[in-house]
Amino acid sequence: MIIRRTAQAVLIGLLGVIILPGTPPAGADETTENLRMQLVLDVSGSMREPDMNGQTRMAVAQRAFNEVVDAVPAGTDLGIRVLGATYPGDDKALGCQDTQQIVPVGPVDRDQAKAAIASLRPTGFTPIGLALREAAKDLGSGETARRIVLITDGEDTCAPPDPCDVARELAAQGTRLIVDTLGLTLDDKVRQQLVCIAGATGGTYTTAQSADQLADRINQLVDRAQDTYTQTPELVTGSTDCTAAPLLAAGVYTDRERFEEHRWYRVPIRADQELRASVSIALDRPVNRDYGILLRAVHPNGRELVRGTDAGSGRTDVLSTGLRWSAGPEDDRTDGTDQADGTDRADDTDGTADLAGTPSAAVPTAAGVEPPPAEVCLVVSNSFAAAGAAGDAPGMPIELTVDLVAASPTPESPGLGRGWLLLIVLSLAGLVTGVLAGWLTRWWTTVWKES
Amino acid sequence: MTRRTFRLTRTGLAVGAAGAAVLLVATPAAADGPTPAPAEATLTKAGTSFLTAAAVHIDQPVRVSAATGEYLYWSFPAQAGQTSSIAATVTLADPATRSGASTWTIDVFDGLRRRQPCTAGMQAPVGSATDRQVQAGCVLRQVRAWAEPWSADPLPGTYYVRLSVTDLPEQDLGLPVQVELRVSADVSGDTSPEGGRLEAPLTPTVRQGAVLTSAADGTDTADGTDTADAAGQVSEESWWDGVVGWFSGWLPGLTSRWIWTVAGGVLAAVGGVVGFGLTRRPRPRTGPAAAG
Repeated sequence: MIIRRTAQAVLIGLLGVIILPGTPPAGADETTENLRMQLVLDVSGSMREPDMNGQTRMAVAQRAFNEVVDAVPAGTDLGIRVLGATYPGDDKALGCQDTQQIVPVGPVDRDQAKAAIASLRPTGFTPIGLALREAAKDLGSGETARRIVLITDGEDTCAPPDPCDVARELAAQGTRLIVDTLGLTLDDKVRQQLVCIAGATGGTYTTAQSADQLADRINQLVDRAQDTYTQTPELVTGSTDCTAAPLLAAGVYTDRERFEEHRWYRVPIRADQELRASVSIALDRPVNRDYGILLRAVHPNGRELVRGTDAGSGRTDVLSTGLRWSAGPEDDRTDGTDQADGTDRADDTDGTADLAGTPSAAVPTAAGVEPPPAEVCLVVSNSFAAAGAAGDAPGMPIELTVDLVAASPTPESPGLGRGWLLLIVLSLAGLVTGVLAGWLTRWWTTVWKES
Repeated sequence: MTRRTFRLTRTGLAVGAAGAAVLLVATPAAADGPTPAPAEATLTKAGTSFLTAAAVHIDQPVRVSAATGEYLYWSFPAQAGQTSSIAATVTLADPATRSGASTWTIDVFDGLRRRQPCTAGMQAPVGSATDRQVQAGCVLRQVRAWAEPWSADPLPGTYYVRLSVTDLPEQDLGLPVQVELRVSADVSGDTSPEGGRLEAPLTPTVRQGAVLTSAADGTDTADGTDTADAAGQVSEESWWDGVVGWFSGWLPGLTSRWIWTVAGGVLAAVGGVVGFGLTRRPRPRTGPAAAG
């Protein structure tokens, strides 16, 4: 026992020197773009309700906004847009156009922003869909993620379009857009709509029942966005088969996939490299209870190399899986180079001859020319099914991570032993050898004395 | 020299050898247990996706306020031989505002976003409508130093924890909760029982991808630094590096197997000496110090 423990101690001491595997580096790519974020506040008539500890919802929202404006960190471009703030009439067509940007997206001028907030009076309709569209326009397109924080107390009164569909459509347009929603009531319809909007864009839904809760939550969202807004994947469009698939370097990509669609990608890889790929598919709409995802690595000739799969049921945000693959033994590798060389189909017969027992499988590489890197095809498929009215367009968002690292060779059997059995066997072997040697010596001494 | 003293010397030698062996293994016993992390400030952040997961150190306390229904992500590093355990406490909203039971789930994924099973712990506890707190936990498998690409064995690198509510009455979404989480680790046993090691830990890339136009520039840009390094090494390699390289390729790394095997050799030698001694004719025990 003591030996075991000390052995572990020695080992741990030695291992302490080895560099620990780290966490992913934050924000690998430097960007000069500020965080761009827009608060969208509902100023419709219902905000007059005095149901938040005796205060009106509007007063609470104004107080929270003032706190947020005070706390905005440097390097944040914050804008404020309101909806239902100006048109007091009953004409739905006019009321549903009622949305204005009161603070433009940019470095915050605190006094101007506070004055604009203080002037707000609860007035008209609730055109959430339109406000989201306009907010996305205000934020513009660019490299980094955009965030909208939607604060409302009432459901959209201007559908169609359904704001949830609008959110899904906006999220599918190039620039990464996340909508976080804050509900100021516990009303069922409001909550369902806000949960739907948040889910469609990968955002969050929170209820706020006081100014403190509201301000804390908005500040938390700003902080989170500050940490992570630069981590945006590259947009790519997978094809329906391998030959036309886009070639991917190491990095993070995003794509859209419909129900039961297959999306193909290609990754060039050297024989001494290991391919690592992972994929997540986000559930941005209601789907049937059980679902699955499959990521396969396929040789250009159609042979499956390895697969990663996961399935689940019930409530979740993403379903993900991953795989590793490296060209292992030599014969596998030359198989790959044959195909990548694009040599004629006659090497089918060569292949069978090799399998039949021709010893040298390395003939194609013997020419001394480094073969061009083989490619591995990746195919992402899913087994989601639409629940209810949710259509399959635009497809569900996919996040694909591709990495190429040095391959890890298969270890040979270790030449050393381990365990108590080893010690017992060696001790017994030593003992037996000693006894035999002793007997031999005695026999030899006797013979020598007699002669 | 008399026979007796000769024998005594022999025994002494054997004992000395055994003692040396014990000393050999016992000296560095000062390094005990995994290196304790310094007391760290509480982390008050959580990510909302794999890409934005908040990095947490081993034994670093985490305390965040969140909304029911949010998906909270953290990532932590694991090394070979490490058995990680995750403990989370969710302080639920006031029971008066809630309408029913909720199921909270800890999901753990490796650096390739592959689901990792829990060997122990309440992975998906249910908080009843009146509960104030829910405790969740998960103990992972021991991380291995190497595994075949086709296997799903846990490997060194980054691990992701996702805490979320997976079943609840719809009207309870969005209510505030407090989440406390701690990842602890136990490094014990042989860190690479079957030898072999992973050349690069399963640490996912977070940089933006790039669609390539031709395969040739793909592998160059993909890890241009690697190839450059390798080329540099080859050109500057001396004969001594070659020898060292050959030996390090042929000899297994510093594992506990070395200690076991050397100890086995010592024991075998002692066994040999003892066995040899057994075949000597026992001295007659009639007189004191009869041997002359």
